[in-house]
Amino acid sequence: MERVVITGMGIWSCLGKTLEEVRDSLYNGKSGIIFDPVRKEMGFRSALTGYVEEPDLKGELSRSQRVYMPEQAKYAYCATRDALRDACVDEDYISAHEVGLLYGNDSSAVPVVKAVDTMREKKDTTLCGSGAIFQSMNSTVTMNLDCIFKLKGINLTVSGACASGSHAIGLGALLIQNGLQEMVVCGGAQEVNPFAVGSFDGISAFSTREDEPHKASRPFDRDRDGLVPGGGAATVILESLTSAKMRGARIYAEVLGYGFSGNGDHISSPNVDGPRRSLEMAIRRAGVSKDEIGYINAHATSTHVGDTNEAKAIYAVFGDRKIEVTSTKSQTGHEMWMAGASEVIYSMLMMKGGFIAPNLNFENPDEDSAKLLIPSVRVEKHFDTFLSNSFGFGGTNSTLIVRDFKG
Amino acid sequence: MDREELIQKINTALAEEFEIDQSVITPDADIKETLELDSLSLVDLVALIENDFGVKIKGSEMAGVRTFAALYDYVAERTQ
Repeated sequence: MERVVITGMGIWSCLGKTLEEVRDSLYNGKSGIIFDPVRKEMGFRSALTGYVEEPDLKGELSRSQRVYMPEQAKYAYCATRDALRDACVDEDYISAHEVGLLYGNDSSAVPVVKAVDTMREKKDTTLCGSGAIFQSMNSTVTMNLDCIFKLKGINLTVSGACASGSHAIGLGALLIQNGLQEMVVCGGAQEVNPFAVGSFDGISAFSTREDEPHKASRPFDRDRDGLVPGGGAATVILESLTSAKMRGARIYAEVLGYGFSGNGDHISSPNVDGPRRSLEMAIRRAGVSKDEIGYINAHATSTHVGDTNEAKAIYAVFGDRKIEVTSTKSQTGHEMWMAGASEVIYSMLMMKGGFIAPNLNFENPDEDSAKLLIPSVRVEKHFDTFLSNSFGFGGTNSTLIVRDFKG
Repeated sequence: MDREELIQKINTALAEEFEIDQSVITPDADIKETLELDSLSLVDLVALIENDFGVKIKGSEMAGVRTFAALYDYVAERTQ
């Protein structure tokens, strides 16, 4: 089996647009959450959201490239451009190799809404324009990235709800381990607009702590009242250790294990057994002992049942081991389709920086989170292996274990 | 709107939508070549003319609208 390493990272997040900015935001416990008055006007229960700017790519990409890109594809383009540069992968390399692309995405609301509005009002489908169909499809991110970067390996969107980005990395690692690809661009993208999350707001999933946006996302805290949606995009470059060494690439870390499971249960309420099996599979496949894991980046979104059941699953697997557990969603909100990829980058930046960012707003534990070691302030700590959880609607679970690369 | 105004308005709209310098638009120039249109972006030309000028270029008549002069004539005839 080939060993799989990470040789590049790029991100477009509410915590920053460069790895340095994001690292500083994590270190300083900065919140990327704002109140969006437009959502209130639209009848949202909660107008809270992670804030990311939409990149202006005019001048960088041609009109014929941009016209097919919805906002999340633009985020993903920026993250991927930067990740490829970070990995020193240029056009010549891509031209000579079959570089793959696996990216998480599970919606594209705005182009659908616009096209439907046009059809209803004008009764003329031509007026939807040439970009609408390509922007509307779930695979919009991979179809755009593949054409822009001229990638010739696997070209596939992973739609696994809020675990999409994590599954994309895990599946990319499996392809490389089995010798089917040498390099795969992996990541996750999430649109940030009211249309994408209006119906999610409608099921009372969001925190309504609107008077204190930076205190609204409070994973594991006793007084949490729901998640805050966010988004952007995050890309990692996975490649075989053989390929990385042959290129003389700088190697960040090794993907040791990917675990997955389905809950076979409720569509929105997670359980304990599914996540527990995902964690155990990742540990088993990574070939590490539980004591080797120095940090757990939890999925915890700040919902009551989700955080409770994840805390139970982590405790069921790790018992009384004192491993720091935090949810970076306390700073970013829930980046959904992007989260599994961005949280690998957040965890990596913490691992490289020798710290664990604070789990913001963890003021009082509940019965289950009290059993975990959840720091509410930054911890200066060197660790060389982390575990990252991502769980999604319908009971789709993904767990990644990543280890610092020492050569 | 007189013909000169119409031409100016069409040229401005096309230059903005297809991100070209207006100076490359001349009456006898080929629309597809000048605007670098493929079969997909041709849809955007049709949509622009319909949205901005209320004139729908029928698919069967598209072949006859090869130059900018032909486009001006096509729109002018249907907006009088």
